[in-house]
Amino acid sequence: MKAWPSIGQIRWGWFLAAAAVLLLWPVFADTHTPTVLLIWALFALSLGLMWGYAGLLSFGHSAYFGLGAYTYAIAVINIGESTVPLLLAVLVPAVVAAVIGAMMFYGRISDVYMGVITLVVTLILFKFMSATAGDQYAIGDARLGGFNGIPGFPILNVPGMPEISLFGVPMYYIAAVSLLGCYLISRWILARSFGRVLVGIRENEARCELLGYSVPAYKTAIFTISAAMAGLAGCLFANWTEIVTPGVFSLRSAAEVIVWTIVGGVGTLIGPVLGAMALGMVKLLLGEQTVIDNSLLLGLILVVVVLAIPRGVVPALQGWWRGRARIRVQRAGHGRVRQRATTVRSGESATGWRRDAPGGSRASAEAPGTGGRLPAQRAVRP
Amino acid sequence: MSDAVVETIDLTMRFGGVTAVDHVNFTLRERELRCLIGPNGAGKSTFFKCLTGQYRLTSANGRVFIRGADVVGMRPHEVVRMGVGIKTQVPSVMNGLTVTENLWLAARRAHGWARSTAEVQRVIDEVGLADIARRQVGELAHGQRQMVEIGIVLAQDPWLVLLDEPAAGITGAEVERLVVLIRQINQSASVVVVDHDMEFVRMLGSTITVFHQGAVLTEGLAPQVLADARVREVYIGNRTQ
Amino acid sequence: MDYAAVVVLQILYMIAFLALISAGLAIVFGMMRVINLAHGEFVMLGGYTTLACDRAGIDIWFAMLVIAPLVVGLVGLIIERLVIRFLYGRMIDTMLATWGLSLLLIGLVTLIFGSSAVSVAAPLPGYQLGEFQMGGYNLFIILVTLVLYVAMWVVLRHTRLGLVARGAMQNAEIASALGYNPRTVYMVTFTIGAALSGLAGGVLAPLTGLLPASGGAYIGQAFIAVITGGAGAVIAGTLASTGLFGVVSQLVSFAYSPVIGEIAMLALAIILLRLMPQGISGRFFRNSQ
Repeated sequence: MKAWPSIGQIRWGWFLAAAAVLLLWPVFADTHTPTVLLIWALFALSLGLMWGYAGLLSFGHSAYFGLGAYTYAIAVINIGESTVPLLLAVLVPAVVAAVIGAMMFYGRISDVYMGVITLVVTLILFKFMSATAGDQYAIGDARLGGFNGIPGFPILNVPGMPEISLFGVPMYYIAAVSLLGCYLISRWILARSFGRVLVGIRENEARCELLGYSVPAYKTAIFTISAAMAGLAGCLFANWTEIVTPGVFSLRSAAEVIVWTIVGGVGTLIGPVLGAMALGMVKLLLGEQTVIDNSLLLGLILVVVVLAIPRGVVPALQGWWRGRARIRVQRAGHGRVRQRATTVRSGESATGWRRDAPGGSRASAEAPGTGGRLPAQRAVRP
Repeated sequence: MSDAVVETIDLTMRFGGVTAVDHVNFTLRERELRCLIGPNGAGKSTFFKCLTGQYRLTSANGRVFIRGADVVGMRPHEVVRMGVGIKTQVPSVMNGLTVTENLWLAARRAHGWARSTAEVQRVIDEVGLADIARRQVGELAHGQRQMVEIGIVLAQDPWLVLLDEPAAGITGAEVERLVVLIRQINQSASVVVVDHDMEFVRMLGSTITVFHQGAVLTEGLAPQVLADARVREVYIGNRTQ
Repeated sequence: MDYAAVVVLQILYMIAFLALISAGLAIVFGMMRVINLAHGEFVMLGGYTTLACDRAGIDIWFAMLVIAPLVVGLVGLIIERLVIRFLYGRMIDTMLATWGLSLLLIGLVTLIFGSSAVSVAAPLPGYQLGEFQMGGYNLFIILVTLVLYVAMWVVLRHTRLGLVARGAMQNAEIASALGYNPRTVYMVTFTIGAALSGLAGGVLAPLTGLLPASGGAYIGQAFIAVITGGAGAVIAGTLASTGLFGVVSQLVSFAYSPVIGEIAMLALAIILLRLMPQGISGRFFRNSQ
């Protein structure tokens, strides 16, 4: 009896095919644009992991992306060789996330407030970094540069050999391997007890508490891991753009990754990846023309997706695919077979996910239309 | 104090002006089965929540010992880790997951990965969940979800089981099945049951503690408690001969 | 002495500014638990409406006090009918959809007005306070905010509309039991919230430059003020939080710099939210409006 659905399973056929495509790409085509698409995909993957499986939506995930970028730039300017800066770019966002996460989760705040706090954190970073123009704002040899940011820092080099820069195609491979690697790590996490408990927490936090799990510890842990991946993406982004500006912390940046994740599909890992790559491509194409405004299109897409495809494109497609399979089985006319097909679908429960799953947050305010009462006034039942 | 599984001394819980639990001294011995009854608002569920840490206690609330350990100030997950299983008043299960997955999460925390699957199967057999094992819990009927939650409690292998209204919403044969199950659980764990269903309580045949307005009104075996005029008075509200 | 007066006036202005831009969001969040992330853009639209009217030669007072709220209220109504009403009960989805709407509105405004900053002349002259040159218009803002909040309080407390609104806020079924369709109540509430945002934008236009992206600045501060204030008591909560933020941000600004002042405000928000997850009103104002 299989005790768990496929969230931890890797469909090796698809994965190896995708890996092959990614790794052979440079032979056939230019790598400059695909590199940033892969970086954005990693960023979205980090959010999708936390949001889709643990139910934690960070409205300011750009904070960790940006911290990764800035940490790399500052560190590499001071150190000169890129190995340690790369490590720091992953560690610093992780540590910051651990602190902020612990503060939030051990304080038992609700979803909405988590959204606000994470948003505020990225806003603080944005405002702070935008205001650091002038020579007095420097960390070591690195001037923070205010709104203009930090330009012209050394790119990643072969570890131990600072003269050999990894510009161009090697950068693409680094991005590709990072994405593939983080995908594997995510699947591995989800296959472990840890990942399954996260799903349980998403479904019913209170019950997990009553099963003996320390919910804040789990939440802080996944938040940290997600921030580390975002930081890695940010570091790679800095290498691709060859400049870091406060824009990485902006509301726009935070909104984009959420849009990519939602459109692609929360509740899957591949959804955010595909969403980021597709919409990232759209963004780049749009950026080169002025007929349709970027914001307008992004906004329109977000509204339409939320209204029409609440779970995102990939889950909708998966549901459609399974629905067709069920119809095929039903048409075969065997009642019992139909029963089995239904339970198979029920077995895949961890992917059946609603963005506003009830039972998750503790103090979330009741919504209108549901006869809800203010949390402060909920009657105490003896 | 020596062989008490649960002991509360002067347990008091107030919400604003309402005293929900009023200086309750309660003792439960090892392997005992006890029922808590009382009208709505009597403080039974609040009492439970004080035991489990769902209401955060301070020394001002009195003292609570579970198997001799002072649990005042503990969080629910810490209390549970000691070996306490809790079924809440409103079924609290993971609706988006299957029965098996729910049980697995419960079993996993108490047992290692290797044993969890076997434990899940054991509970499925014991509680009789084989028919619905692969169904999504959110789709089940209320009575079935109650049983699933009891299964979740059992999967943790607790030595103290707190059941808040396990018979709510189920009738007839299911109630009998529940009685048998509870007696079975009682073979290896101490059990406290809160419920309103007097038939159910009578069938369990244990010592009954009657709550009223946050305090213990009386305590005893079913026949004598149910014949007690004061008990009838608090339930029905007027004097009887 | 004069300096003290200047500081006090600046603080009052800051509080008024925050309270003004938060009013619409507070109504909508307090009444309906809807977090409208396009709120900043409503404020921005109010500003641009005033600008357009000013360019068309319409009296600026009329434009900012009447036309701006009407226009933005209408926009709010349309949005409620087309988008919001399908998402009640889905708080995260509402936040996402309204975020999309905010981007959409920014895009539209950019299309129509271009993306460079424009300004509207302040219609009130400055005055002298000791050796400091003060903007007279700031006083007007403080006045408008005061009048607005008093009006809100009166409506909520002493009119039937207010009673129904408060009832619906507590429990949608009460509104039904009183014979009012809760859906209609929400529609009206959202429209009024939008109108208030438009008013704020219209009134603030002469003071702040107009950019399509200026909504972003408003939403951050309004959002924080409203959530920290809490949903329990719309007026008391919002005034408490904006009061606190206004004082802290201005004092820190005077002591260090405006940027540090803003950051201090944001940091304070995090601390407050951590300490009082129900917001200030949830903790202190259980039984007020």
